[in-house]
Amino acid sequence: MRLVVPLQGVVQGRGGLIFGSLIPCALFYFLQLYLKRHRSPNSRSNPPSPSASAQNLAELTRTSSRSNLLSRGSIVPVLISSLATSISKPNDSPYYIGLDKASEDPYDRIDNPDGVIQLGLSENRLCFDLIEKWMLENLKDSMRGREEGDLSISGIASYQPLDGTMELKMAMAGFMSRVMGGAVSFEPSQMVLTAGATPAIETLCFCLADHGNAFLVPTPYYPGFDRDMKWRTGVELIPVHCRNTDNFVLSISALNQAFNQTRKRGTKIRGILLSNPANPVGNLLSREMLCDLLYFAREKNIHIISDEIFAGSIYGNEEFVSIADVVDSEDFDKSRVHIVYGLSKDLSLPGFRVGMIYSFNENVLAAARKLTRFSSISAPTQRLLVSMLSDARFIEEYMVTNKKRIRNMHDLFVAGLEGLGIRCADSSAGLYCWADMSKLILTYGEKGELELWEKLLHVAKINITPGSACHCIEPGWFRCCFTTLDKEDIPVVMERIRKLADTRAASRG
Amino acid sequence: MAIEIEKPGVGLSKVAVSETHGEDSPYFAGWKAYDENPYNESSNPSGVIQMGLAENQVSFDLLEKYLEEHSEASSWGKGAPGFRENALFQDYHGLKSFRQAMANFMEQIRGGRARFDPDRIVLTAGATAANELLTFILADPGDALLVPTPYYPGFDRDLRWRTGVKIVPIHCDSSNNFQVTPEAMEAAYRCAESMNLKVRGILITNPSNPLGATIQRTVLEQILDFATNKNIHLVSDEIYSGSTFSSSEFISIAEVLETRGYKDSERVHIVYSLSKDLGLPGFRVGTIYSYNDKVVTTARRMSSFTLISSQTQHLLACMLSNKEFSENYIKTNRERLTRRYDMIINGLKNAGIECLKGNAGLFCWMNLSPLLEEPTRESELALWKVILNEVRLNISPGSSCHCSEPGWFRVCFANMSEQTLEVALERIHKFMEQRRRRN
Repeated sequence: MRLVVPLQGVVQGRGGLIFGSLIPCALFYFLQLYLKRHRSPNSRSNPPSPSASAQNLAELTRTSSRSNLLSRGSIVPVLISSLATSISKPNDSPYYIGLDKASEDPYDRIDNPDGVIQLGLSENRLCFDLIEKWMLENLKDSMRGREEGDLSISGIASYQPLDGTMELKMAMAGFMSRVMGGAVSFEPSQMVLTAGATPAIETLCFCLADHGNAFLVPTPYYPGFDRDMKWRTGVELIPVHCRNTDNFVLSISALNQAFNQTRKRGTKIRGILLSNPANPVGNLLSREMLCDLLYFAREKNIHIISDEIFAGSIYGNEEFVSIADVVDSEDFDKSRVHIVYGLSKDLSLPGFRVGMIYSFNENVLAAARKLTRFSSISAPTQRLLVSMLSDARFIEEYMVTNKKRIRNMHDLFVAGLEGLGIRCADSSAGLYCWADMSKLILTYGEKGELELWEKLLHVAKINITPGSACHCIEPGWFRCCFTTLDKEDIPVVMERIRKLADTRAASRG
Repeated sequence: MAIEIEKPGVGLSKVAVSETHGEDSPYFAGWKAYDENPYNESSNPSGVIQMGLAENQVSFDLLEKYLEEHSEASSWGKGAPGFRENALFQDYHGLKSFRQAMANFMEQIRGGRARFDPDRIVLTAGATAANELLTFILADPGDALLVPTPYYPGFDRDLRWRTGVKIVPIHCDSSNNFQVTPEAMEAAYRCAESMNLKVRGILITNPSNPLGATIQRTVLEQILDFATNKNIHLVSDEIYSGSTFSSSEFISIAEVLETRGYKDSERVHIVYSLSKDLGLPGFRVGTIYSYNDKVVTTARRMSSFTLISSQTQHLLACMLSNKEFSENYIKTNRERLTRRYDMIINGLKNAGIECLKGNAGLFCWMNLSPLLEEPTRESELALWKVILNEVRLNISPGSSCHCSEPGWFRVCFANMSEQTLEVALERIHKFMEQRRRRN
């Protein structure tokens, strides 16, 4: 029977392990036992503790088989796992609810001008014309294997190395190096390719942490981490709060405090998860900060995962520094550093599922390689991308144009918000901005923020992501993705926000 | 309790250092020997012939012909109008057109004797991922799945590694052609109970790997009744369903459910893939078909970790919804596999070797027990090493498939040309001659 640790607020900082967790656990367990015993055996409602009632059901089944219920069929539904039960519950995060609502009623300037405008999905649609043009000119040749002559299928039909072909790894190495300004070169043999960055990060968690261990994660962070890193690995995410006064940049003292508090309650920290460029704020980690983080990791003997998936979406003037660059140039212990990357953001190809783990640790690479059998990249896609990424002229044109267009959209969007008195955090990267809408909240706090989010979604009909979904400690901040818009849509967005703001100002009197 | 590695440095997880990936077993050791000295008709005619990989290479020409004649499948049409949407499509529901095409294909394979609803199809990057995903959903860590032996060696890793679930074998033997019996299932269930393991399901492979034979209808009914009786799940891995030598001999669990009016079907889940039937393992295309709504919902959400490239979904949607192509492919593929099977069975017979009577798959189940010094696993492995190093054939020993009877070997015949198969058969013939002369 799984030992559930509820009431973490009680546990943290009060009473230590015995009083803080074991006694509430025991009470919780006995409560469930009591409830189970007093429930009707035919009840189909979701029991609070699947494993407890599962035992009850097992007894029930044995009696049923004795009285031969086969003719009537089972009266008890066959159970799924505890993990599946928790996942099957309707998703209550505003991040996902908003995405669903926007896809049910999508805005279209001509066909559906009253639809929900999607600003909650960090997708880049600004440079598809370039990719389409490349496809038209190159696709036929790209799908033919170079070695096999005219036979285009046998090379890609057969089993490929599960962690990606060497050709693609080499092409990715070149691309990543270009994306990160050419400051660092990447070694193909240190890459493990995966079907998207989502399995990359999950695979890393499986390699670096046991069930019940934890990672420190600066807030606000990408809501998807709660799913990707925790669901199947059983790992815990410990938020390390960052504040507006620091422009949401991480501080080592906050990290240290979170580390000590977590350790005190008996949970082992295995690493820090960084997003650089940050999502949802869009700022960059400085070289100094990266060094400090590496010192910290060494001191505590933990790993660092650096999710650099937005490295090619820099629009500001600040220079992006990859942790690979820092680790190369200074004398740091590389075996604790791992990078996650992918083509969903920088090359606008989320559907193709291309991600990677880049690590300096041979043991991690060996384990990760074996795990990629569960999430390998499809062979035709690998072949297509080898062609595209090796086209240096195209990549150069794409990167330059992409940067320009993201910057234009960013400037227009942020200016639009400023016109409404809404200020954004300083940022220089990503496909979104981090907007302070606290002035529009009726009651300052998480509840107020969610009320505003709800009105924005259902009344103003724009989907943006509230800070609470990103675990932001300060209420009122929202992530707005602007790279799924056309320029003409920006005034529409601003008008809708203005209308809502005016209604609220009026109702306040 | 975390495991730290001895040398100073940062530690890895238990999953990372565990041996459950199984890559140290003979099944994989043979592959290494092949990799180091691979047979090639012209450049290395005395190299190791790979007969341990269940890959279908007999029908590539059909696929190539289709792609040549239908460039819209690999290019999103003239002017690439669908490209943008496709490149952005990362919805875990999967392309509707692709799911529809898969459902139709699965129906065609079963001769229209079962219907498949595209909305019950969950897509995964390969059947490997599908089996693991289902295990995460049907069982908690520490629980058990019952699996009839002999079984595909990869299950040890796919069902157990990250999930923490255990496999309790259902022992089958040659006395009844390795078929599952109610007694064997009961025995396995009791064995699990005695180890304090909660059994959550039974997983069968139909047609069977490594036996190369379909499961009879009566046996399927018994297995379904057993699962119903114990109130556990039934997973039917039907990855070789399109590789049966005659269309009428394969009975899918879907057909059994259909006959029963789908009563009590929420415990049944089917795994399928295009890696074997269509010979496209590199494409990474697998599916879970579940009759249980909650399992469909959960599997779909969890498939985020193992999505199929939208480019591939588009390509295959085009290909599989082309009725002319799919009908011709299924029929021709079957004929060619039958031909290969007959070739290898006759060749082995001439060499004095018997095989289990098979009717499906990309391999045959060969009986070399008369050659064993002693009826033990060690003798079997010794013989396997001789075959690998002297005869230079990589075949899979039954012990790596957890077969309780020593002396059986799985031999693949579809991953090579006919000429190569001839060479392999000659080598076996010679080997058996030498053995006879020695005796």
